[in-house]
This record gives sequence, C-alpha cells and structure tokens, in this order.
Amino acid sequence: MSRKSRDTETRINKEPLSIGRIAMYVCLFIGALIMIFPFYWMITGAFKTWTEVNKIPPTLIPENPFNLENFIYAFKTAPFGRYFINSILALIGCIVTCSFTTILAAFAFSRLRFPGREFIFSLLLSLMMVPYEMIIITNYRTIVHWNLHDTIWALILPFMSSIFYTYILKGFFDSVPESLYQAAKVDGCSDWKYLWRVMVPMAKSSLATIILLNAIATWNSFLWPMIATNSKEVRTLPFGLYAFMTEGGQRNERMMAASTIVVIPMIIIFLFARKYIISGMSRGGIKG
Amino acid sequence: MIKKSFFERIKPLLYLLPFIASVTLFTLYPIVNVIRMSFLEGYKYLSGAYTGVGLGNYQKVINDPFFRQALSNTFRYVLLVVPISTALAIVIATMLNQKIKFQSFFQTAYFLPMVTSSLAVGLAWRFMFNDKVGILNYVLNIFGIQGPSWLTTPAGNFIAVVVFGIWAILPNTIILLLSGLQNIDPLYYTAAKVDGAKTLRIFFRITVPLLAPTIMLVIIINTISTFKMYHELFPLFNGPGIAYNLFTVVYYIYYEFRVMSPPKYGYAAAAAVMLLITVFIFTMLQRAVQAWSRKERGEDVKKVKRHRDQNK
Repeated sequence: MSRKSRDTETRINKEPLSIGRIAMYVCLFIGALIMIFPFYWMITGAFKTWTEVNKIPPTLIPENPFNLENFIYAFKTAPFGRYFINSILALIGCIVTCSFTTILAAFAFSRLRFPGREFIFSLLLSLMMVPYEMIIITNYRTIVHWNLHDTIWALILPFMSSIFYTYILKGFFDSVPESLYQAAKVDGCSDWKYLWRVMVPMAKSSLATIILLNAIATWNSFLWPMIATNSKEVRTLPFGLYAFMTEGGQRNERMMAASTIVVIPMIIIFLFARKYIISGMSRGGIKG
Repeated sequence: MIKKSFFERIKPLLYLLPFIASVTLFTLYPIVNVIRMSFLEGYKYLSGAYTGVGLGNYQKVINDPFFRQALSNTFRYVLLVVPISTALAIVIATMLNQKIKFQSFFQTAYFLPMVTSSLAVGLAWRFMFNDKVGILNYVLNIFGIQGPSWLTTPAGNFIAVVVFGIWAILPNTIILLLSGLQNIDPLYYTAAKVDGAKTLRIFFRITVPLLAPTIMLVIIINTISTFKMYHELFPLFNGPGIAYNLFTVVYYIYYEFRVMSPPKYGYAAAAAVMLLITVFIFTMLQRAVQAWSRKERGEDVKKVKRHRDQNK
C-alpha cells in the first residue's frame, strides 16, 4: 500500500466521539447487558434466600452475598460432587480418545497416499449434516446391546471420533509445506515419528481449538447422558441438574445454585481461552 | 517405481482404523439402521420381528396429530427466530466490527452463551420467566406492559421459547456474520467516507449488499439448527409445554422412542428420515450459496485489484 493511502486511512479511522458513536456504544452496552443478564441472575439468585427470591420488587444484589445455604443444600441432597467427578471422567475420556483418532486420521488424509482418499474424505464430510438426533436412536440400542447402559463408557464410546475436528486438523496439516515432509523422509524419519515430533507440536493452536470445543460439547451434553445413563453414580453434571430439578421440587434459589455449579467451569475456561474458542466456533457454524 | 512393502501399503489403513471403526459403528451404521427401521412395520427391537415392509410408519406419522402439531410449531418457531435473530445479529456484528474500545468485554458478553450448558442457562431463563416473581414481568410492568404468563399458558410457552431461542442463537450468528464482515475490503468504506456518506447510508448501501452471501448462509444454517429445536423444552417446561402443546419435530422423535412405552422405533425412525431429508435439502442450498459467494468474492477481489492497478 502506498504511503499516501495509508495516511488517508489512519485519518479516517481516528474517529471523533460523535453522537452517532456514543449511540453505538450505548446500544452495544445494552445488548451486552441483555446477553449477560441470565448469568448474572443465575449466580446472584444462588445466594438469595427463599423469601428474597419471592420478593417484589426483586433485589439486584443479594441481601447476604455470603449465603452459601443453597450450595450446601444442593451438595447434601444430590451428589453433585460425584456428578462433577463423572463429568471430568467423561471429559478426559472423550478428549484423549477423540484427539488420538483425530490426529491419526487427519494425518492419513493429509499426507499418506492411498486409493480413494479424496472420495472417502468427501463422503465423511457429507455425513456431518446428518442430524445427531437421528443417530441417537440406534446408538442407544447399541449401548444397551453391549451391556454398557448406565456406565461411564456409554458416555465416551460414541464420541471417540469426530468428523468435524478431523476436518479442522486436516486443514492445518494441509497448510504445512509438503517439502518439510519430504525432507524428513530423506533424513530417515518414519511417518510415525514425523507426525508426533514435527506435525503435532506445530499444530498446537489447532489442537487447542479442537480440545476446547470437545471439552465444551462434552461438559454441556445433556440429552445423551440422560438417555444412556440412569443411576446417581454415573450421572454427569447437566443430567444431575435436570434430575435435581424434577426430583427435588422447584425452589428457584436452589436450582440457581446447582446451575451455577454446572456453568462456572466453562465460564472460567472461556475467560482464559476466548480466542481459541471463538476461532473454532467461527469455523464450524454449527456446533459439532 | 519402487515396490512398496506390505506394511507400507496397509499403513494408511492402520492410521485410519480407529477413526473409521468408530465412525462406522456410531455414525454410519446408525444412519443405515434408522432408514431400514423406518420401513419395517410393527418392528420389535428385542426380537427383531416385524409384521411387514412398506410405508406404513410414514403414513402413521404423517397422520399423527402430535406430529402435525410438531410440524406447525417447528415452522412457526423457525419463521420467528431466524429472521429476528439474523436482523439483530447483522446490526450487532456491524457495530462490533468497528474499531471500538472494550473489545474483550463485548466479546465475552456476546459469546458467553456459546460455551455454557443450555440446560443450566435455560433454568435461569425459567426463573426470569416466572409469572409471579420473575424479573421479566416486573420490568415489563415498569413500562406499563402486562407481561404474558410465560410458563403457565400455552401461548406464553411459545413466546418464552422463542425469546430464549433468539438469545441462545445470537452468539453463533454474530460470529458467522463477523467473519463475513472481515472479508469485505476496507477500500469500500474508505471510498464511501471520502465521499462523505452517512453511517446509515453506508450500512444499507455497502455493508448489507456486500454481506448478502453471508447473510443467506447464516439464514440457512440457522434454519437447520432451529428446525432441530427441542433442547430448550426441557429446562423451561420439563417437556413439550404446559399442555403438551409444544411438540417439535425432534421432540416427537425423542418422545416416540424414549417416552412411549413400549417404544415406537418405527415411528421415530420414519420421523427421523423425514428430518434428514429436510436437512439435506437445506444443506444443498447452503452449498449452492457457498459456491456462489466464493465466485462473487473472487470477482470482487479482481475488481478491487484492477481499481488499485489503475490508481498506481
């Protein structure tokens, strides 16, 4: 770009604080408040008492912000600690197995030569549009058939691979110059070594993205756990939360405490890894 | 050519084996199986027995009042949520695409719903929707508006799920539109500003037309995802509305194979196949739009380059 045009651009981009600009900030702030408000209401509601929750007008800040009674009640009546551990176990299981199959498959589709490679890959891509709700019917029967119903394996097994994550990672592998691969081969580096010593370390940010997306999807998954598990020992947090709601009556302040337990870990992850998550989400459009 | 050893030849297969095995078992086989089940009449899963092969399940499903209700609810939901959320998202994305302060605050606020459990957030909305002590009706009251009974009347139920649906789909919509906006050459804006064009004029004459391919894409993607609505029903109403009035297509599938006893696998499968066909049509549309927009963008880039070359 020439010097002249750069000058024009900087001049135009230095906007004075006009009325229009202020109006824009006001709109953005109001919108942001509406988007965040349910979270605010959930977390503050968790610290309110029953009388306070049913008060009109509602209190914006809890009268006693250190009131932990609802959390204590939630942990006492339902094994939310156990649910938490189950969620972590399912999360680790899904991430480890799925990342492994994804890395191998993305490498094979990107670097190894075999007949029908492009055809198989495009066939897989077209499978991505199949609604998950259609697949669930048979997967439920499969899990029951294998006697895995109501075990932690039921939560991991169907999610050991992902076409969408493989597609993301293959995209990155494709962008690595082929010459690097050829050079490594000349130096006598095996495919296996090349993949784990060269490609995987290079793909750190793509891997971080797919691991984070996987973590979010697994943590929030609610319908499959509800179908595939039953007992309190195996429930994950969202299913536990739903059971808490249907079994334990409908006290809003207690429900908000339980919801807060489910939501907080993902909020923390989002605050720290926002960039990776947003870049991953903009790749897919539809949640994987 | 050097002959490859046996190991070299099967190596790609070994790399692909875990992935392909898993996809075959838990994606490919279920699809084939559901299509097969949809044609088996009176199918019993345990014994594998069936009374006939044909379109009987489809006939039953199409004539089922619950399925008809599900179709009409789904269409009404899609027709409300998609246009409203897309319009809001275009405005928000355009504003977020400016050089603004507090970027990270806005990103956090607008995108947080993407990473949080829709069940937990749905419960928070249920708390806000509460007819008597909910904050929504309290706020509406301040403005002199008598809020609907969100949770206790069928009509209120529908409005509640639409409001929650718009809120929940906005983040994804904004993200897609933002990436579309970032593909617009800044030269257009520079030129417009040099000519002294007003903000609104720039928005309607430059942003919206150039964003048209992305907008169409977003509309199709959101139509597919709102068509599959049913998650929202669990936190808000524990089921399909207060009076079994809010069946949706996917809830119908879930209901037939999970709530009904004994499960009606054939009906669920037939409904699922019809869902697949609908999604397939929209996906083909999406591909066509993507191909078209790629071509358009290619020509845009050529135009801009020509423009630059001339001005050198």
